Amino acid sequence: MTIVYPYESLKAHPRYDYEGYRSTEKRSPKQPLVLLPHTLSELTGPVYGHNDVRAEDADLTRQHAGEPLGERIIVHGHVLDEDARPVANTLVEVWQANAAGRYMHVVDQHPAPLDPNFTGGGRVVTDDKGYYRFVTVKPGAYPWRNHHNAWRPAHIHFSLLGHTFLQRLVTQMYFPGDPLFAYDPIFNSVEDAAARQRTISSFDLENTMPEWALCYRFDIVLRGRSQTPMEA
Amino acid sequence: MNGITPSATVGPFFLFGLVPSSAGGIDLITNRLATPDAEGERIRIEGRVFDGDGTVLPDALIEIWQADAAGRYANAQEQRANTAFKGFGRAPTDSDGFYWFETIRPGRVAGPEGRAQAPHILVNVFGRGMTRHATTRIYFADENANAEDAILGLVPPDRRDTLIARREDNNGEPVYRFDIHLQGEHETVFFEA
Repeated sequence: MTIVYPYESLKAHPRYDYEGYRSTEKRSPKQPLVLLPHTLSELTGPVYGHNDVRAEDADLTRQHAGEPLGERIIVHGHVLDEDARPVANTLVEVWQANAAGRYMHVVDQHPAPLDPNFTGGGRVVTDDKGYYRFVTVKPGAYPWRNHHNAWRPAHIHFSLLGHTFLQRLVTQMYFPGDPLFAYDPIFNSVEDAAARQRTISSFDLENTMPEWALCYRFDIVLRGRSQTPMEA
Repeated sequence: MNGITPSATVGPFFLFGLVPSSAGGIDLITNRLATPDAEGERIRIEGRVFDGDGTVLPDALIEIWQADAAGRYANAQEQRANTAFKGFGRAPTDSDGFYWFETIRPGRVAGPEGRAQAPHILVNVFGRGMTRHATTRIYFADENANAEDAILGLVPPDRRDTLIARREDNNGEPVYRFDIHLQGEHETVFFEA
């Protein structure tokens, strides 16, 4: 079976220059992109030290001596391709602010407290069904300087390597019903409403752990379809 | 669910997540690709990343993917016994917008219509203010095969030099310089891949 990576699928992505997101102004290419045929270089994929990922890397609440403050949550889901086939054995990396909306980064000057028991970075490799699972705390919203009184909705950053160079994806996962959605240019830079919905996780009551943690489901779809005989 | 999950910017605060050593963790993916057993010419690739004002990006992330010296790509399913070289690297820029990789010079790999491609390295650029990563390629200035490369042939001739890394000598060590301009007069050629 041959996997193809239709260029049309890329229309789900935001434009490089999105007016509402000010920093795009000087950091977006202005010349036309050159359409790149998919050669062996693009159709092969990132290989790294798969075996070096430890089980504890997927639990962001157990990286320090004590437990972080905040609302403990499970975030899980499947990584799939456009035909809903699992993307197995691929690296998922996450990073996020703590429950107070503060990142463990020197440049973050938001006057909210750091949590000595929370760094906010994790990683996991999907299983043979494309399934992944993290334990963390719910990140807080935080202000930024894009425009007057700008606040980012709570989100978790996701990085996915995929199986080929063409599947590489960095995205952000949001939480359902966030009142900040309407005001956030990064969320709204995805102009297609259906595509935007795909960045919002769903509350997953069935998989909450009673008296321990709430649960959110976030399925991620990477590029890739099987070539149909008609197209061959 | 129909359609892919859309991209979002990597933002300004990715270091502790994507380069965990910056926060006391262990990196899986680094800018030192050249394993001790890798055959081929050891090279260094370095450069800076600029915005449309010519200001450096102190918060960009560069990833590369390349073949080994024999023109073979590593394969996660089939680990090769003869080398630990994998060909995937990641480097954040520093406060001067500077990045570097230690790697080996890639060999030629198959290209369109059975014609071998000139040696090249695939590059993705991530950053705050970039809603999607930008994809480009590094070619090598001292490489005759560039003239017949099918992908370079798709690039307007007057912009091809933005994809060519120039060789410099750093105390006898070969260094290829590859600056990346996201926009402006010297805007790097980016691909829709």
